[in-house]
Amino acid sequence: MQIELATVHQHIPIQGGYYLLVMLAPDIAPCVRPGQFIHVKVPHLEECLLRRPFSVFWTEGERLAILYKDVGRGTRTLQYLKPGESLSILGPLGRGFPDPDPGRFPVIVAGGYGMAALYMTARSAPTKGIAFFGGRSAKDILCVGEFEAQGWSVQITTEDGSLGRKGIVTDALDDWWVASGRQVRPELFACGPGGMLKAVAQRALERGWEAWTSVDNNMGCGVGACLTCVLKVRGDNGWSWARACREGPVFNVRDVLWEEVE
Amino acid sequence: MMPDLSVEIAGIRMRNPVMTASGTFGYGPEYADLVDLNELGAVVVKGICLNPTKGNPTPRTAETASGLLNAIGLPGPGVEGFVRDYMPFLRRYDVPVIVNIWGKTVEEYAEVAARLDRVPGIAGLEVNVSCPNIKEGSAMFGTDLLMFERVVTAIRAATKLPLIPKLAPNVADIGEFARCAEASGADAISLINSFPGMAVDIRTRGFKLANKTGGLTGPAIKPIALRLVWLAAKAVRIPVIGMGGIVTAQDALEFMMVGARAVAVGTATFVNPDTAIQVIQGIRDFFVEQGIRTVYEWVGSLRDE
Ligand SMILES: Cc1cc2nc3c(=O)[nH]c(=O)nc-3n(C[C@H](O)[C@H](O)[C@H](O)COP(=O)(O)OP(=O)(O)OC[C@H]3O[C@@H](n4cnc5c(N)ncnc54)[C@H](O)[C@@H]3O)c2cc1C
Ligand SMILES: Cc1cc2nc3c(=O)[nH]c(=O)nc-3n(C[C@H](O)[C@H](O)[C@H](O)COP(=O)(O)O)c2cc1C
Ligand code: FES
Repeated sequence: MQIELATVHQHIPIQGGYYLLVMLAPDIAPCVRPGQFIHVKVPHLEECLLRRPFSVFWTEGERLAILYKDVGRGTRTLQYLKPGESLSILGPLGRGFPDPDPGRFPVIVAGGYGMAALYMTARSAPTKGIAFFGGRSAKDILCVGEFEAQGWSVQITTEDGSLGRKGIVTDALDDWWVASGRQVRPELFACGPGGMLKAVAQRALERGWEAWTSVDNNMGCGVGACLTCVLKVRGDNGWSWARACREGPVFNVRDVLWEEVE
Repeated sequence: MMPDLSVEIAGIRMRNPVMTASGTFGYGPEYADLVDLNELGAVVVKGICLNPTKGNPTPRTAETASGLLNAIGLPGPGVEGFVRDYMPFLRRYDVPVIVNIWGKTVEEYAEVAARLDRVPGIAGLEVNVSCPNIKEGSAMFGTDLLMFERVVTAIRAATKLPLIPKLAPNVADIGEFARCAEASGADAISLINSFPGMAVDIRTRGFKLANKTGGLTGPAIKPIALRLVWLAAKAVRIPVIGMGGIVTAQDALEFMMVGARAVAVGTATFVNPDTAIQVIQGIRDFFVEQGIRTVYEWVGSLRDE
């Protein structure tokens, strides 16, 4: 974990309010493991004190990329950043995804920018499996080509039916499970909104799948000191809090109290 | 010549006047990869009470203009858990460790203080009085002068450790609380704790914090904190530790100039983990530039006729 002044290398709008930001971060980039995140101080946003957390989309040597969606003041201001400008980043943070179990069939489930947290796992997985991408509409389905190029078979669902099949991502997951004859032993890697993770977790628990979920709780410090980012996990006497920034953001589905997740 | 930044507060010798603010630096290990604890004046850990506590539901924080609203609700491992899990780590460093304590009753405060009294490696106790007294109704320890006096007196009787009550800012006369702390046996005082506030959402028509209200910290409260530190320092002879919105060395120098012998960096650490280190360096640079040899030369040097 380090603080680094990264330099913007490339900054491009992808589609519908999503942006790709590639930076040079020679200290942090080589240390990132799949599913970890960085905490970004948005330049020129003085009245908002806190950093913003983003999953590391990919790294290549000294380069590190994030993929972000415009949702508020921080992500709107970030858009003005130009190649050559610098920004302070803290990372790599959190516990990412474990290496896929070679004895299981890898399955990725991503909602919206959730795919950014999963791409490094997709890239490094020795066996390529199936990836389910879901979003509200076509503009929320990102980087399908990148996953396919890595050898993954991608299935798309959109709520409005503007791309792929109409529905939600778990519909596609259910159909695949039935079509597979329930014979495979899947290991799921999921990232997306709380509701989606909850639905994925319910299936994984019912069907005895191994499953890992990356949560995006609001964060303060990003390093475990402020206790902002906590969620309820099973503990010795019922439950305890776990810090998404330190014990997470990736949790085994069995550990989270899903009934408490919104 | 290099200025001497060392200070002594309540018998605690610090290599410089910059400490961490309770609740913003965890218990030490959280930031140890990023900050050399040995460079700090002192480490003040997150508030500890008698038994393990879980704290408030989420959301626990909300960002506001130049500030942070928090209602973390004092989760913690309890005094035994703290001593077992964190003191061995903290003892590895050559830095004074100040333990911030709180309780739900006067007796609980005294009990926590008594238990920490025998623990090696603790340099002093800071007392968080910004929490309600559950035994005697809604009275707040930090805003009711009688309750405040009782709690400080009880802790004084329970420990020989340097005692630093931390004043709440939302009182009519801060000097009264400062004097009360001094008269009740405090060795120093610190201020300010967070300022009560709230934030709401016009779309959901709800509160932004699960606890509805919280404490405001960060640069937004600095002018309020500066005035209160100035008033408190004028009211007592014991040393004052100033905090509230410190981000830069200039902020710290302002607090010291109005009477604080040391300062604490809080919310700013969340933004830049090495803020305290930058502040120390900045104070040193300023002292060199101004030809100031010791911290004592600067403390209270405000022109105030
Ligand atoms: C571990 C982690 C990884 C993340 N990875 C990515 C990523 O790869 N790409 C990406 O676009 N975003 C990611 N996020 C979410 C991102 O941090 C938020 O979108 C960002 O902080 C919003 O900042 P803002 O100033 O633009 O919005 P604000 O003005 O702070 O808020 C705007 C709206 O977004 C909501 N919001 C704010 N923070 C979060 C949050 N952390 N999670 C959910 N909703 C939030 C607010 O409630 C509000 O409705 C991640 C979050 C975490 C915790
Ligand atoms: C997230 C958070 C947690 C805090 N926890 C405590 C605590 O446990 N005990 C305490 O006395 N003060 C606590 N404080 C108050 C700080 O120690 C400090 O008094 C206050 O934040 C003002 O300083 P700042 O503006 O530099 O942050 C906390 C503040 C924050 C932001
Ligand atoms: S964000 Fe501060 S503890 Fe996780």
